[in-house]
Amino acid sequence: MKNHFRLGLFIFITPVLLWLLLLIIVPHVELLLMSLHGKDDMGRTVWTLANYRNFFTEEIYWYTFVRTALYAVIVTILTFLVTFPVAFYITKIVSPRLSGFLTVLLLMPFWVSELVRVYGWMILLRESGVINHLLTSAGLLDAPVEMLYNDITMLMGLVYTSMLFMVVPLISSLEGMDDSLIEAAHDLGASPMTIFYRIIIPYAAPGITSGSIVVFMLALGNYLTPKLMGGKNSLWFTEQIYNEFIASFNWNQGAAFGFLLLALSSLIIWAGLKISKQQLGKALS
Amino acid sequence: MKKLITIATCILMGLATNLQAAEPLKILTWKGYAPQELVDKFEKETGTKVELTFTNNEEMIAKLRATRGAGFDLAQPSQDRISSVQAEFNIYQPMDYAKIDSAQIIPSMLAAVQKNTKVGEASYGVPFCYGTDGLVVNTKLAPDAKDYSALLDKAYEGRISYRLKRPTLIALAFAEGDDPFAKYGDATAYKALMDTIADKMIAGKPYVKNYWSNGDALLEMIRSGEVAVAMGWDNGGWKLHAENPDIDFVAPKSGALGWIDTFTIPAKAKNVDGAYKWINFMLRPENAAVFSNQEKYATASKEAGKFLDAEVRDNINRSFTAADIDNIKWYPPVSTEIEQLEGKLLDKVKAAQ
Repeated sequence: MKNHFRLGLFIFITPVLLWLLLLIIVPHVELLLMSLHGKDDMGRTVWTLANYRNFFTEEIYWYTFVRTALYAVIVTILTFLVTFPVAFYITKIVSPRLSGFLTVLLLMPFWVSELVRVYGWMILLRESGVINHLLTSAGLLDAPVEMLYNDITMLMGLVYTSMLFMVVPLISSLEGMDDSLIEAAHDLGASPMTIFYRIIIPYAAPGITSGSIVVFMLALGNYLTPKLMGGKNSLWFTEQIYNEFIASFNWNQGAAFGFLLLALSSLIIWAGLKISKQQLGKALS
Repeated sequence: MKKLITIATCILMGLATNLQAAEPLKILTWKGYAPQELVDKFEKETGTKVELTFTNNEEMIAKLRATRGAGFDLAQPSQDRISSVQAEFNIYQPMDYAKIDSAQIIPSMLAAVQKNTKVGEASYGVPFCYGTDGLVVNTKLAPDAKDYSALLDKAYEGRISYRLKRPTLIALAFAEGDDPFAKYGDATAYKALMDTIADKMIAGKPYVKNYWSNGDALLEMIRSGEVAVAMGWDNGGWKLHAENPDIDFVAPKSGALGWIDTFTIPAKAKNVDGAYKWINFMLRPENAAVFSNQEKYATASKEAGKFLDAEVRDNINRSFTAADIDNIKWYPPVSTEIEQLEGKLLDKVKAAQ
């Protein structure tokens, strides 16, 4: 019986292991080796840490990373602020029948690809776009203004594209919450603020944590939205990696940046978990 | 049940014939370089199916480098980007010029491309089309934009667009009265020159609307009047001129930048015969003219002029005087060292506030 079980486990786990090994581990090892190689003055390929050193010595590289990470954190916070009331409304206020419908309504925009959604925003916001046309023809504006190509638009675009990944874990964690907890607190004279901070937030914490991790990583690793909506000032760290690979033909440097992104973003998430006293295992379960 | 079996047999036979058909011809090229009309004609003539992938110079090289020259049967990089890449990564195979119908090609252009794509004993490219980089201007909004310096001019604040790519650096260096091509051999002097150009671009950054990366998006912004001065390809300006006479391509005073795009065969191409057939097919005068009439690019095919629309010929005469044509700066082959140096500077410009 025990042997039988082992065989079954083996059969089922092999595809997963193969997938992990061939598609994740092997390419990463090759990238890691690549990131540790460079050219010496004679043009020969040698082992070196120069690619990693470049990140810290060249101001532009770490500046871009810090900027990207900071914006990703802001996006995460904004996304939480926007989606929490929505998730609360859907799970606690409307009738259960309507809440399913509202959830589908919320998911619907995500059935089209990110590229299409970003272009949709661009059509709305551009200087000769829909919103400018409406405002000028209504006499609210004398001349159309350019609403694209600045940081605020880019942040809005990023919040919009990552909303789904925050709202789903929030809904699922709030759904499990017993309404009588809130009622009891209310009966015992707690103010709405106290209820929010002492009961709802702690209960939803695992959902908030997992949603925040996903949104943070997605915003940090996004390429499309900053490039298309951010325009001229929005050098994102992923774009820098792309540039190293594609424009400068410097795959070694690009690979080093890739690993730095992986390491530094893991570090930020670890720090975030420590500060908020959350556990990764609990958040993901 | 019988019906089901018949259907299944039909599907299987269909699959089988598909498998029997010859190896498809996979072409890695620029958008517009293989008009549907010509693809259909080629498939009818040879029975070879054509598969197209659209990209640009940098991604073309990166794709072929990743597979060490496999996955495609034909690529179309610019002639100045071939020799150094070939010397370093060995992603193309030597061109067999005996298989090319060279009588169809403008002789001086073929000779120039052969010379510029030479690595060791072999050459790697055949010219396909050529054109220039210059200014696309809405003459009503920016009547005085005659040189690249207009791209840094406060007068056109918020109405300027260019690519954050190497042609812009080179163009602005020419506009400063310098000759970047003469400094290709001396990386230190070249870096000193480009540092000053990058500083100028950063100073002029507030006037830029955006850095375009997609040709169609740029044309759309000029069409709608959002952009008045842009650095772009001549054919784009000419396409817009046909819609709106105010918009046109302007050959800059300090010289339009001339490029030649080529045919090259990747090192591990599977359908080499098909690739040579496609090259000879595309350079046949009547076919080259179909391409030129549609995309407004000039072709390397010698006799194509006979089949060109009058409008296409007028374009060149309108934008270029004889002196302008003599003043075109043709890109010499560029080293990877120079491209890395430029890549870093362009990142710096993009990150600057």
